Amino acid sequence: MDKFQTLTGVAAPMPLVNIDTDMIIPKQFLKTVKRSGLGANLFDEMRFDKDGNEVADFVLNQPAYRNAEVIVAGDNFGCGSSREHAPWALLDFGIKCVVSTGFADIFFNNCFQNGILPIVLPKEQVDVLMKEAEKGENARISVNLEKQEISTSDGTVIGFEVDPFKRQCLLDGLDDIDLTLEKAKSIDDFEAQAGQSRPWV
Amino acid sequence: MSPKTLYDKIWDAHVVQEAEDGTCLLYIDRHLVHEVTSPQAFEGLRLSGRKVRAPDRTIAVPDHNVPTTADRLEHVENEESRVQLDTLDKNAAEFGIHYYPVSDIRQGIVHIVGPEQGWTLPGMTVVCGDSHTATHGAFGSLAHGIGTSEVEHVLATQTLIQQKSKNMKVEITGKLRPGVTAKDITLSVVGATGAAGGTGYVIEYCGEAIRDLSMEGRMTVCNMAIEGGARAGLIAPDEKTFEYVMGRPHAPKGAQWETALAWWKTLFSDDDAHFDKVLTLKGEDIAPVVTWGTSPEDVLPITGVVPAASDFEGGKVAAVQRALDYMGLKAGTPLSEVPVDTVFIGSCTNGRIEDLRAAAAILKGKKIKDGIRAMVVPGSGLVRAQAEEEGLADIFKDAGFEWRLAGCSMCLAMNPDQLAPGERCAATSNRNFEGRQGRDGRTHLMSPEMAAAAAITGRLTDVREMI
Repeated sequence: MDKFQTLTGVAAPMPLVNIDTDMIIPKQFLKTVKRSGLGANLFDEMRFDKDGNEVADFVLNQPAYRNAEVIVAGDNFGCGSSREHAPWALLDFGIKCVVSTGFADIFFNNCFQNGILPIVLPKEQVDVLMKEAEKGENARISVNLEKQEISTSDGTVIGFEVDPFKRQCLLDGLDDIDLTLEKAKSIDDFEAQAGQSRPWV
Repeated sequence: MSPKTLYDKIWDAHVVQEAEDGTCLLYIDRHLVHEVTSPQAFEGLRLSGRKVRAPDRTIAVPDHNVPTTADRLEHVENEESRVQLDTLDKNAAEFGIHYYPVSDIRQGIVHIVGPEQGWTLPGMTVVCGDSHTATHGAFGSLAHGIGTSEVEHVLATQTLIQQKSKNMKVEITGKLRPGVTAKDITLSVVGATGAAGGTGYVIEYCGEAIRDLSMEGRMTVCNMAIEGGARAGLIAPDEKTFEYVMGRPHAPKGAQWETALAWWKTLFSDDDAHFDKVLTLKGEDIAPVVTWGTSPEDVLPITGVVPAASDFEGGKVAAVQRALDYMGLKAGTPLSEVPVDTVFIGSCTNGRIEDLRAAAAILKGKKIKDGIRAMVVPGSGLVRAQAEEEGLADIFKDAGFEWRLAGCSMCLAMNPDQLAPGERCAATSNRNFEGRQGRDGRTHLMSPEMAAAAAITGRLTDVREMI
């Protein structure tokens, strides 16, 4: 996994609430056996019409946001299915950070597994960033994970909370499986003990 | 000892290690696998030279992509689907995990097969790369969906790195009225909490109306916990649970059964256990409901009318306007006047034998309306066989339904069963998202009884008029 430390980029506004994983990556693109190449179909049914032409007013098709690296989103972003294809598609497109008042649980975890930083903020602060994002290409925002701060082009600084363990994994680009395998002895012990107390499992 | 919730008890029994910041390594008893969210995880194992740590606890079954027509063993037309199904075949063989291939009568939707085969037992931790894993919570097990990276993590380590969720209690008091089902309970709860109301929580469903449900009904309720944003939904096991589990192929037998039963009987929330959030609904207040929009929270009794965007506040105003445009609905239209052209009965929410019995009871001796495309997709090969034995298949076929083979089918349209643009479906599945059943398709969620009623009249219909 790539490290996430700092990021400065264009933020795209997507104020719609309940943007679900079927919107982020529709089911017909889940048939791949790979992780790569899904960016071309990110938000496919919102971004392209039935004939495959770009929908001009969709935010990521607008010139200012074609290279967006951040999305400022409405509440409950990423609700719905567990498909990790959603963060894979975001990352492949170039999105490395999403800011919202809330995320669906599984999507939220999936982001951290892929070096994407989901940031939860109170509504007033998301509103500030949404306004900033609506300014287009001149409104670049900076995210500093070490300091846990977002800053806007006019100098506004907003702090954010993040789970300490997940933060460290992102900062160092750590692989969860490697970390857990270091605890193999504890897992062995647990299995031995559970084999006694719950032998039917 | 301080009082504990059911969730606390299951959690505590599975903590391998806890860090100072509360991050836990949680042991996983059962790992269910399907073809869509697993290929990249198995590939990850191969690339790093790792094995599946506990192949005996890992169970795979293809469901999302499989066609539900009789020719599916000879022919899967979509090449990508075929590759994904072949990949699961190969991975199951290479890594030596339990497997129910398409040719096996036990094949079906992973969340129907798990309980049916006795893999799902009270007090277990159960995960799957699928959000509807919450279904298994009906047995008093902690069951939830995970992403593909976590699938790989569980394959490699049989554990997950987790933070504990908060406890939420959803109590349904009293009795349900005639025509009201488990599906109406679970949709009404999502309507009450909103699609994000359960975020950060594990829900325990309780109360007389929940206790009165069969195991099938309890699975329907827990299945949609995720639609309210909850990590998992669960129900304390009781005599009904034990009776359902007893004798299943992978349930404990003999002396082990007795030991297991003794522990299972301790799996309930203590009297003074703390819940961080509580929702109480009266069973008698719940009506047969349908969804009108593109979020499962967009729920109303069938006697209601399509709402207007101006009835809502904040970010929901724009979302409702978008939903009404997408659904082709006008504010103020009575829901019972909304016509449908397609009816889908099936899915991990409502594809079990009791669901088919309930729909067949409405359809018996009747015909579906001319021009309606209606299909029943049993949740597993065994459900299908049982329905045939009970004569339900004939009732469906005589009424004009297609009688299909087991799979996820039109719930998510990754297989040939899809809506065409503009088609409108009465569906017993779990999500009404834009494009869920096919691009520009329109979905109304409801119970099997309500879907059967809609097939007869060709419009959303109050099933109480037919019972």
